[in-house]
Amino acid sequence: MTTKIHGSNSFIQEISSMPGGEKINLCIQCGTCSASCPNANRMDYTPRELIAMARAGMREEVLSSNSMWLCLSCYMCTVRCPRGIVPTYIMHALEHLAMRHNVSTPRTRTPTLYRVFSDTVHNSGYIPRLGCMTHFYLKVNPFSAMKNMPVALALFRHGRMPIKPTRLKPEALGQFRAILGKAKALEAHHEIL
Amino acid sequence: MRYYSYFPGCCMHEDSRAYDTSAQAVAKVLDTELIKLEDWNCCGSTPYTVVDELAAFCCCARNLALAEKRGLDLLAACSDCYLILARTNQHFKEYPEIRGKINEALATGGLEYNGNIKVRHILDVFANDISHDEISSKVKVDLGGLKVAPYYGCQVVRPTPSFDDPEYPQSLDRLTESLGAQVVPFPLKTRCCGGSLILSEEDIALGLIHKLLSNAASNGADCIIAVCPFCHLNLDAYQSTVNKKFKTNFSLPILFFTQLMGIAFGIDSKTLGLQENIVPPEKVLASYIKH
Repeated sequence: MTTKIHGSNSFIQEISSMPGGEKINLCIQCGTCSASCPNANRMDYTPRELIAMARAGMREEVLSSNSMWLCLSCYMCTVRCPRGIVPTYIMHALEHLAMRHNVSTPRTRTPTLYRVFSDTVHNSGYIPRLGCMTHFYLKVNPFSAMKNMPVALALFRHGRMPIKPTRLKPEALGQFRAILGKAKALEAHHEIL
Repeated sequence: MRYYSYFPGCCMHEDSRAYDTSAQAVAKVLDTELIKLEDWNCCGSTPYTVVDELAAFCCCARNLALAEKRGLDLLAACSDCYLILARTNQHFKEYPEIRGKINEALATGGLEYNGNIKVRHILDVFANDISHDEISSKVKVDLGGLKVAPYYGCQVVRPTPSFDDPEYPQSLDRLTESLGAQVVPFPLKTRCCGGSLILSEEDIALGLIHKLLSNAASNGADCIIAVCPFCHLNLDAYQSTVNKKFKTNFSLPILFFTQLMGIAFGIDSKTLGLQENIVPPEKVLASYIKH
């Protein structure tokens, strides 16, 4: 799928080079995305504003905002966009760029969670809830884990938080890691270009 | 007999084993075999796509390639696994450059994907591949007095093309009626439960859960049925947290829709994993449950 890029600032080019990001210039600023978003009122800039700012080349302001980190990936904006844009993918692209260039806002813990989650997937091909939660709380604030103790205990009591995680068979894990290692190498090559 | 490849996903081994066991038990009653995908790996969910896009696509593509060997549609019970696997499948078909890179990476593990697999959600199968008559013919327990709020959550109806209307779906409503239960109006049935943000932005997620519980309760629901492990976890495990924060006293059992199907089919409560539900369902379901 190709869409002609009208806006030509380098930020727009970066967003457009990611799958789903190429339609950003079709936006007519109607605001349907913002009106459909369950979290728009908590964002520094609403999805509509974020797209306008990106097209105006306001790279720093966009990438250091909390907006995309509050995206729930519920795709309601995507369902309703009259121009067929996938604002959810634009949010993902902005999260990716903020992370890659280390400009994430400290006002949200979501980037840390995403990092912990991804490292776990990458290393084991599986997400053990207990391990992932523990790792996350150790990184952000171990004391905040206390607040969630009742939920964790209820899960334990009902047999819903196994201590011993499921593991991939060694051959399967080896294959998984080889594939992902190659994917990372291809991605790094792409980013250098 | 119907056959599908079945992608369990991590939640089915962690907090949602009841969804797995109830789905398997219900499938058996409906002459449907869910064949577990051997050596599957985590779908990577949204976070991995954000951190490392190509690796995340390959993460899904490995599962798709494994499923393609068997040639059956790949079924996911988790809405997130479903959406993420379907997204990779769609990108694989739409972007030749991504297709090439995915297969270059898969070749390192001796695999290849040709794009011949369809990714489906288990709700789609139970609601659309199996007829109303077939389902109602298996009902052994009269659920006539039970008022159910069918909760779809966001992601199950969002991949395009979707198997149901993305804003006002009906498949779970119809299925609930086939089981003989009453469906209550639930206007927020496709609003997000805050799933992905419950750990990192808890206050925001709790607000979303509160809205859903209020909406279902004010419409007279005895229970809510869910089609996704994240929705279930948020509404069930965090219900008491919501009660504390908003000074409410909800006590709404949250069931996986397959648990409700199992109750209607007369399957025993242990097989359905009802003991794993945190908001106790016994009070509401006492007259229907088989022990």
